Amino acid sequence: MLDATPKEVSERKALRVNPCKTCQPVGAMYAALGVHRCMPHSHGSQGCCSYHRTFLARHFKEPAIATTSSFTEGACVFGGGSNLKKAVKNIFDIYNPDIIAVHTTCLSETIGDDLNSYIQQLENVPEGKIVVHTNTPSYAGSHVTGFGNMMSGFIKYLSKADAVKNGKIGIFPGFVNPGDMREMKRIAGLMKTDYIMFPDTSGVLDAPMKDHYEMYPKGGTKIEEIVALGSCEKVLALGEVTCAPPAMTLKSKCDVDFDSLPLPIGIEATDKYVMALSHFAKTEVPIALEDERGQLVDVILDAHPNFNKKTVAIYGDPDTVLGLASLVLEMGMVPKYLLTGTPNEEFVKKGQALLDKFGVEGCKVKANGDLFELHQWIKNDKVDLMIGTTHGKYIARAEDIPLVRAGFPILDRYVHSYMPLVGYRGAMRLLELICNALMDRRDRDAKDEDFELVM
Amino acid sequence: MNERERILDKYSARVFKNRKDHIVELDDSGMPKQIAANSRSVPGLMVNRGCCYAGCKGVVLGPLHDVVVLTHGPIGCGYYSWGTRRNKGRAEDGRNFMQYCFSTDMQEPDIVFGGEKKLKQAIKEIVEIFHPECIMICSTCPVGLIGDDTSAVAKWAEETYKVKCVAYSCEGYKGVSQSAGHHIANNGLMKHIIGSGEAKPDKKFAVNILGEYNIGGDGWESERLLKLIGYEVISVFTGDGSYEKIKNAHVANLNLLQCHRSISYIAEMMKTKYNIDWIKINFIGIDETIRSLREVAAYFNDPGINARTEEVIASELEEIEEDREYYREKLTGKTAGIFVGGSRSHHYQNLLADFGIKTLVAGYEFAHRDDYEGREVIPDIKLDADTKNIEQLTVEPDNRYYHLAIDKEHFDALKEKTDLEYYAGMFKDMGDGTITVDDFNHYETEKLLELFKPDIFYSGIKDKYMIQKSGTPSRQLHSYDYSGPYACFKGAINFARDTYMSIFTPAWNYITPPWYSKPTLEGRIGAEAIAGGEQNA
Repeated sequence: MLDATPKEVSERKALRVNPCKTCQPVGAMYAALGVHRCMPHSHGSQGCCSYHRTFLARHFKEPAIATTSSFTEGACVFGGGSNLKKAVKNIFDIYNPDIIAVHTTCLSETIGDDLNSYIQQLENVPEGKIVVHTNTPSYAGSHVTGFGNMMSGFIKYLSKADAVKNGKIGIFPGFVNPGDMREMKRIAGLMKTDYIMFPDTSGVLDAPMKDHYEMYPKGGTKIEEIVALGSCEKVLALGEVTCAPPAMTLKSKCDVDFDSLPLPIGIEATDKYVMALSHFAKTEVPIALEDERGQLVDVILDAHPNFNKKTVAIYGDPDTVLGLASLVLEMGMVPKYLLTGTPNEEFVKKGQALLDKFGVEGCKVKANGDLFELHQWIKNDKVDLMIGTTHGKYIARAEDIPLVRAGFPILDRYVHSYMPLVGYRGAMRLLELICNALMDRRDRDAKDEDFELVM
Repeated sequence: MNERERILDKYSARVFKNRKDHIVELDDSGMPKQIAANSRSVPGLMVNRGCCYAGCKGVVLGPLHDVVVLTHGPIGCGYYSWGTRRNKGRAEDGRNFMQYCFSTDMQEPDIVFGGEKKLKQAIKEIVEIFHPECIMICSTCPVGLIGDDTSAVAKWAEETYKVKCVAYSCEGYKGVSQSAGHHIANNGLMKHIIGSGEAKPDKKFAVNILGEYNIGGDGWESERLLKLIGYEVISVFTGDGSYEKIKNAHVANLNLLQCHRSISYIAEMMKTKYNIDWIKINFIGIDETIRSLREVAAYFNDPGINARTEEVIASELEEIEEDREYYREKLTGKTAGIFVGGSRSHHYQNLLADFGIKTLVAGYEFAHRDDYEGREVIPDIKLDADTKNIEQLTVEPDNRYYHLAIDKEHFDALKEKTDLEYYAGMFKDMGDGTITVDDFNHYETEKLLELFKPDIFYSGIKDKYMIQKSGTPSRQLHSYDYSGPYACFKGAINFARDTYMSIFTPAWNYITPPWYSKPTLEGRIGAEAIAGGEQNA
């Protein structure tokens, strides 16, 4: 496996090998699926839309609907305006969403399609229906950037500041699974907070099996809620790299203040989330939630000999990696390698700050990296565990390292998208996954005479 | 209103005008049917088609395990086509580049100032780190728009680094589907790779398998049988294929064509250039596998080959006999819908028929008219602008390797009774009120499920979960839902086992909760309660 990867690390200026990121539009498509009765629309070649739907369907094991402008060579020459116009009419005629969320692709960006004017010129939008857009050039940022850009697109078109604030808090959940969004909402509910979560893919990409197919399941942020974001008292931007930019958009458009918080993965980050909600809603933390926290600390103490000082490589999206790093540091592990493919220097600063806080040395933090480089690091200095997305399984197999799957995308396992990583419960689940991976490995490798019944 | 009209009924005049010719009802009247195919999709319809890049890099070139396929473009396209197509491959030296994704990961300045410099640097780094013998460059959308000359870069790379380097201008917007990408890949392989090896055509029973991508190990299963019979498989295009092998593909005596859509171009060009005949075989389905093996044997007309062919057929049949009976009994009378690719929807109908399953509705994503109607329509197909933009390569006979396998008399006799240089298409195996839909979309799929209520629907990942949520078992025929092989005799049993599993898995019985049909609240109400004196309680 990966036998062509040399141990010796050489500088690469142009070649990307085994990326740890993908392009903006898939993030935009995912964000748009978190809006109720929304049709994500890809303004480009058919292939983009097909690839993105495929990836989302493979990760969530759910239908991922989206349409495309189906560019051909002609559209590249004359611009995609005519294709968009036809598409919008057909989408409303046939699929009848309440809103179409257009995102661009490298193709439509390169030819310079002006989506603002295309959308203004649309004559066939039925009464009460809406078309919004965002720019998601695939040659900048990553899928994480695209997620934030699509959020900004909705905000720019829809959010409005009323004269009176609505007493609500906006929660931007970051690029996380429906299971995480559910858990964030459960905690906000326990804190008796009046909130608007945006976007919200729970109830969309974890819709239950019924006796019929619903193209638009009941989940997703409602259009009027996106409008009402403009009158919120405040926004919690969870996942600073992902959600601070759309929070800035809302701030500049509607003057809604925001707090940037890390994704609530691990004890402290969840504490911050809970405290922020408590501070906002002026509610005390209920015993039920405090007990969850206490249980988490309890199991970490119980199980710590199994993971303390174990080294781990964590890779994936910036906010997720930072969250996971925070948890493993709390568990007493050493996050030897922190890597994201997304180009973002904030990630490096924040990662380093976490390491400094726990006084952990000799670790590497890198943004704009790739899995080929991570593999080379591991070849030179091995780790006990890997935590990240499916694409790391090649390295895990090549180097015989246990892998805990977390993040986006996970293409080769089931149920993960229903189970939170966030909150005290999410941390407890992660702890179980980590502990099981390490202990299964110990069982597997033990000689008969060392094989333990009780551990 | 018949089913076809009910599907089309929802469309606006403009969409109706387009879609009506893509939906054909087939009857037993024997009237030839025509279908519109390989034309632009309607913007806004949720189609399953991919793009030119997906056909070129994803399908045809991706499986070449000793080639570094470098995607020149922003990161997405390379990322999505990395390890996602189940084209299995093993490299004897362990250096299998299919496990890797190589991209120039173009950034904004590359788009603004041109990407050739970065492409050259990436190739330099590939050579220094990976030392491949062959590099292929696949362009994504922006590359063609900004005008990077990737062919010139490939030439530069060959001169500078003494590697084989081929550039494919397979930008996603070209053509109308993956099909354009297949064609572009075929052209590049023909121009630069096939015949570039030094091997001499001096073999007796040598074949290439064309259009076999080794999904789930299908190619390995076909190859196993062919080798048992006594054939030498020179190369496979391109499942578990390699530059090392396909450069000598010219030494084969016969090309076995599995996927007509994606690779008939190479079959035709190799006929002209090397005089290698081709035959349309199909290793999907038990009866079809038997037919194919016998027709290939008839081509070589050798007593030993003939005898071994019958021995292998008999022994394979014997091995699967019990399972075949079991699944046939379980599945007979079931009905299916099948929508995939450009050849599979036909191939799998034969396999379904082996187990008594009737196909009610079928269609392709990216086929051309000949895949539906048979090769006899090729002279009548009008080339539109999208097709004309794809290079129509013409080749000349190559005197070094031009060779004769069988004489004209034998060839003509075979052409009468086999699929030698002929493909009949899907329509002739359908009829009886069944419906064929070209370039099907989400809405039409929903409608077909509603109207025909098939017991199982074979398609891909994009509609799998929609179909399943509609209450119909669904299996992917692009990826086999991570199972396989489905080819030949044992593969047929795998397929039947998987189909049976998906139709009969117990969870289908739990969709409706019991409280929908039985009361959950127990108590007394109304007159009964009054009679019990509870009113005064």
